[in-house]
Amino acid sequence: MNDIAYDQELDCKGMNCPLPILKTKKQVDTMDEGQVLKMVATDPGSINDMNAWTRRTGHEMLSHNEEGGIYTFYIQKT
Amino acid sequence: MSDQKKMALIASQGTLDWAYPPFILASTAVALDMEVQIFFTFYGLTLLKKEIKAKVAPASNPAMPMKMPFGPKGFQDFDWPMPNVLMGNAPGFETMATSLMKKTFKNKGVASIEELREICVESGVKLIGCQMTMDVFGFDKEEFIDGVDVGGAATFLEFASEADIQLFI
Repeated sequence: MNDIAYDQELDCKGMNCPLPILKTKKQVDTMDEGQVLKMVATDPGSINDMNAWTRRTGHEMLSHNEEGGIYTFYIQKT
Repeated sequence: MSDQKKMALIASQGTLDWAYPPFILASTAVALDMEVQIFFTFYGLTLLKKEIKAKVAPASNPAMPMKMPFGPKGFQDFDWPMPNVLMGNAPGFETMATSLMKKTFKNKGVASIEELREICVESGVKLIGCQMTMDVFGFDKEEFIDGVDVGGAATFLEFASEADIQLFI
């Protein structure tokens, strides 16, 4: 799932709760509808947190995966 | 948006460890499109001051693990036993414990209280100072950051009665 096209990228590696969510929200707010954000984090809690965030805000979680302690999320702004 | 969820918090504590939950929950709730009000009362009022001087109080908190923010992993993971007699009597112990906790938080990528509070203010969290406790402790609105409103129990309850989440912290 590494071939998803994205418009913007956000590095939240090393950040802990709630910073990845707060930074993601801030960046998504600046984007246009339909654009995709690739967010990378190392916080294991971010899987549940990011899914909760997209469910509440209505943005779409296109895909997420974990590799070697790095969590990658693709979120489409709706 | 009429179906917007609302969260009402009471922040009643002024130590560093207790300062985190209201600001973490409030900033995250706003990111989740909720409307948030925090009512600061008693020792929580100090979190509205321009400069936050919150410390940890290990003497009253025997369950607090004491961690070192430096050294090898085994050393950092170790819970240092802190006898009450030391915590209660050693001068500067609280300052040392506070600085260790702040360093550990920073090492773990946790935002500072000031950062989280700024995000709350920027994103429209409504901060209300309890007028009664301000009078009791002799706090003036001028000592607080900009944008703080003052009110009493009725102010909080009006919002809380329509909130989906109410927490006393």
